[in-house]
Amino acid sequence: MLKRVIPLVILSASGLILILSYFSPITESLSETVVSWFNILAGVAFVLGAGNLLAVNLEKISSRRPGWAYAAITLVSFCVMLIAGLVKWGAVPNADHPNVHLAGSQDSTQAAYGWAYEYVLSPLTATMFGLLAFYVASAAFRAFRAKNFEAILLLGTAFIILLVQIALGAMLTDWIPANSAFAFLRAESIKAIVTETFQTAGMRAIMIGIALGTAATSLRLILGIDRAALAKD
Amino acid sequence: MITGPMIRSKRSVHMLATQAAFVAAWGCLWSMTLPCAMASPMPPAAENVRLSDVPDDAGGALLLQWTTPALEASNGVVIERSATAKEIAKDPNATWIEVERLGKLAVLAKEGSYTLKGVSNSEDTRVRVAILGVDGELAEFVESKPARPLASFYAWKRTPLLLVVGFVSLAVLVWVALARRGVSTRIRRIAALDAVDEAVGRATEMGRAVLFVPGIQDMNDIQTIAGLTVLGRVARTAAEYDARLEVPTCRSIVMTAARETVQSAHQAVGRPETYSEGAINYITDEQFGYVAYLAGHMTREKPAACFYMGAFYAESLVLAENGNSIGAIQIAGTAEPSQLPFFVAACDYTLIGEEFFAASAYLSGERDQLGSIKGQDVGKALALAAIVVGCVCATVAVIFPTGSVSDMAGTIFGVTQSFFDGSLGSSGGGSGGG
Repeated sequence: MLKRVIPLVILSASGLILILSYFSPITESLSETVVSWFNILAGVAFVLGAGNLLAVNLEKISSRRPGWAYAAITLVSFCVMLIAGLVKWGAVPNADHPNVHLAGSQDSTQAAYGWAYEYVLSPLTATMFGLLAFYVASAAFRAFRAKNFEAILLLGTAFIILLVQIALGAMLTDWIPANSAFAFLRAESIKAIVTETFQTAGMRAIMIGIALGTAATSLRLILGIDRAALAKD
Repeated sequence: MITGPMIRSKRSVHMLATQAAFVAAWGCLWSMTLPCAMASPMPPAAENVRLSDVPDDAGGALLLQWTTPALEASNGVVIERSATAKEIAKDPNATWIEVERLGKLAVLAKEGSYTLKGVSNSEDTRVRVAILGVDGELAEFVESKPARPLASFYAWKRTPLLLVVGFVSLAVLVWVALARRGVSTRIRRIAALDAVDEAVGRATEMGRAVLFVPGIQDMNDIQTIAGLTVLGRVARTAAEYDARLEVPTCRSIVMTAARETVQSAHQAVGRPETYSEGAINYITDEQFGYVAYLAGHMTREKPAACFYMGAFYAESLVLAENGNSIGAIQIAGTAEPSQLPFFVAACDYTLIGEEFFAASAYLSGERDQLGSIKGQDVGKALALAAIVVGCVCATVAVIFPTGSVSDMAGTIFGVTQSFFDGSLGSSGGGSGGG
């Protein structure tokens, strides 16, 4: 009983405080307290997460499961970053407390932690992000196949938008006078019609649905109507 | 006979005379300009300097306003505030503290304003303003009357949102009550949710795992909570079919919550012994580190069914394309509008926006929850009515550009627009790109 009731009470109280503080600024400090509680919980849970990461990867290495070498790299990287962060190796001294090593900053590449972040993690992240271009190309290839009427519409719209984005699109329609009755056929006008009328209308419809869905879901959780995310007794 | 050196010396004399003339001319010009530069006018002092509380806030901020008398002679503003009692106790000589030195933009218009933040609510504050001249000279400081920030009890500017929230909440509560009394709460079928059983069943038949990705946000995001409610249903089906469910998470708290959810599902179907904590792991908080793990895991393990339910950003397409390449049946749900096209293009089924939030109620089949979706539809009807009114008024205003009809349509349109700008604009939406 308590395992279900206490979380529900905390959830409802936190939700109501956050709503109240939005409309009554005098109670803003209460919402800041709730957010601080969450940050404390997240900090404690991070220890659980780190423990889980170590356990899973150590188990992979000890049982020589496929891909155990990746687990070893993960563990080594984890330990190196953890130690570099804790001992603040190479940290830039703090101007107010130059003799206190731990008061130094690790943001610059002078510090081992900052160096690893800037020259190892950031390029790896950028590489993963760069791969997105190829995924977009393969997804577009599949999505734009003219299988039925809707797909033909999609393909046509995509073709027009791609065309008007490049110099060729502008060149093709530049001869249409900007102040004539056919000015809407110029590349920039077509692009504006598609993006500002059709796309904006569709996106706003989705946004209205999301806003209402968020409100209704929050209400279900605060009132305890939806208890799927809470533990069973 | 004139020799070469003589010619050169004559030329030198001529050049010297020319140079002297130039120097003299420059000297005259310089002497003419010098008095002008020295007489660069000192900008007149700021006028009408007033300090007031910022309305509808929690205090801690004051609004400073002033009038710049001569815009052409002004190049910026220096703002100073009176030192607090604490600052004076620390340094008795500190009377005025410079807050900001604003550039030309601050004196482009006659009326200037600046919001002072971090001001103490417990004591009066005074502010003084000095206009900066074009050559950096400082005009005389003009002091404001003292003011003190106040925390507002109610934010009046948020009234439209309060009314909308109140209306939608009331509609939801009324429909929940009606549903409890037995009023029909039938809602249309959602193909993506009907396909959950099919996807898990397929994974069971193929002897492969079911992969559930609950997004990359923490538990304070409503999408993550909505995702976990869907996880409850997926876990229940997986427990019934004895399928292997894997939930790699991006946040520690989400891992803990997901474990609770999956354990509850196993208990609910009477198979607590099949629950394995090891299938729900924390990977990393780093967005692309998490994606790299998932992409590699999917390529190696080839799960038969992939669920993406939660908040996603740039990683959505990487995940969906990887799932597609391994031939997995894919069901996605998110309320990030910018990511929906990617999921629609690469997944078999997609829960779009509100469908995703309705998933929990739909899957539970409980009358209370289905009633709340009906209440949500009342809010949608309100939005629809506002759109129709706005469109009609805007059209009328175009057809009759002048006259009382146009004025009335313009007024109604303006009221409707400001009402919903206040509601949807302040509620955010929280969507963003990668």
